[in-house]
Amino acid sequence: MDETAHGMTIIVKTVTRLTVGLILLFGIYIVLHGHLTPGGGFAGGVIIALSFVHLMLAFGKGVALKKLSRPMASCIESAGGLMFLAIALLGYTGGWFFFNYLTGRGQPFRIFSAGIIPLCNIAISLKVGAGLFAVFMALVFLGVWEGDKK
Amino acid sequence: MLELYIIISFMIAGAIIAVEMEDLLSAVIALGAVGMGLSVAFLILKAPDLAITQLVVEILCLVILVRATVKRDMPEARGRKLFFPLAAACIAMALLIFFAIAPLRELPLFGFPYMKVSETYLKDGLRQTGAANMVAAVILDYRAYDTLGEATVLFTAVMGVLAVGRRIGRKRPGDPDGEE
Amino acid sequence: MTVYLLCLILFLIGVYCILIKRNLIKIIIGLGIMEYGLFLFFVLVGYRMRGRAPILEPDQIIADMVDPLPQALVLTAIVIGLATTALLATLAMRLYEKYGTFDITQIRKLRG
Repeated sequence: MDETAHGMTIIVKTVTRLTVGLILLFGIYIVLHGHLTPGGGFAGGVIIALSFVHLMLAFGKGVALKKLSRPMASCIESAGGLMFLAIALLGYTGGWFFFNYLTGRGQPFRIFSAGIIPLCNIAISLKVGAGLFAVFMALVFLGVWEGDKK
Repeated sequence: MLELYIIISFMIAGAIIAVEMEDLLSAVIALGAVGMGLSVAFLILKAPDLAITQLVVEILCLVILVRATVKRDMPEARGRKLFFPLAAACIAMALLIFFAIAPLRELPLFGFPYMKVSETYLKDGLRQTGAANMVAAVILDYRAYDTLGEATVLFTAVMGVLAVGRRIGRKRPGDPDGEE
Repeated sequence: MTVYLLCLILFLIGVYCILIKRNLIKIIIGLGIMEYGLFLFFVLVGYRMRGRAPILEPDQIIADMVDPLPQALVLTAIVIGLATTALLATLAMRLYEKYGTFDITQIRKLRG
């Protein structure tokens, strides 16, 4: 991970090594407290994607691909979408669709409250985060456009 | 609301700079400034959810646009100044302004909204959903169909980018190893 | 009313950019400016004078909150706008690879 041939200078690499874990943790915090403080699944998912993008910008393509390869990103995004639908359809036998059937367990203003809303936030954050990271990887690997056609 | 007027004037100035600059990279950075100004405007208008989301989305949008414009400059094509598109655009914008003034007058006074539906959301929100963040309760409980539609659109857009950005054709000798 | 007019001016700058400019990246920038004007307009409609953010606290009375409904709509729209911009940028990069320019008056030939 210390090749000076790829990525940016040594200062950027050192700072990235210190902060990228904190950015990921901050993103997870915003997702989990989405029903108590501003934020929610979308903002948290974009922050999680930004932490991986930060890793790739500082260290080069190889390191970021080792952390989250492309089939894995596809799997996580699809799993997030399916989880969102599954949470919606779980109340189907009772005649509900997207109904908040888990209210009443847990007191308000705590983390374990508000029924299906935290679970939906987690599903959405997985989907948005992995999807936007896959978009960025596709843009990085798009072309070797330096005019070379050997 | 003096700070709101100042921020909107800053956004308009940034937008004019972004439209008229000839260097593509500077125009993209001016667009980023407009986005950050919008995030501050959301804070002034008491919408913290939107401020956080707009800030991080703007950063990612800037990274993607810079990736698209760096090393790719348009050669100077100061061609003939076509008169007809300019006239047509002016007529279209004049029509737009003319038809927009009347509905804007029908809106309630700025700062005193009607809020017929939102009164119910705000009064019964905590009791019915248990969430303290009213915006999260609206997008994930009262209006969850919209979120399902948005997830579908996002999925489609990601699939579109992955499909367009594929490397098609034969592999040339000496190509670096992309994925798959 | 003047705030709405300022917002309309921002929207019109975006429309002008899309209609007149010939560079593909400028068209994407114009679309982005139109989206910003639209989001600002939605949140302006739902603002209550001297209101509070729509987040409840354990010990307070629900009075004078701003409208949460336009904010929910704009939250969805922001992320969709990002996905659209990413798709447009990818298309622009592909077009540049094939034609060598971003000029839309020279990308007229729709060959295979």
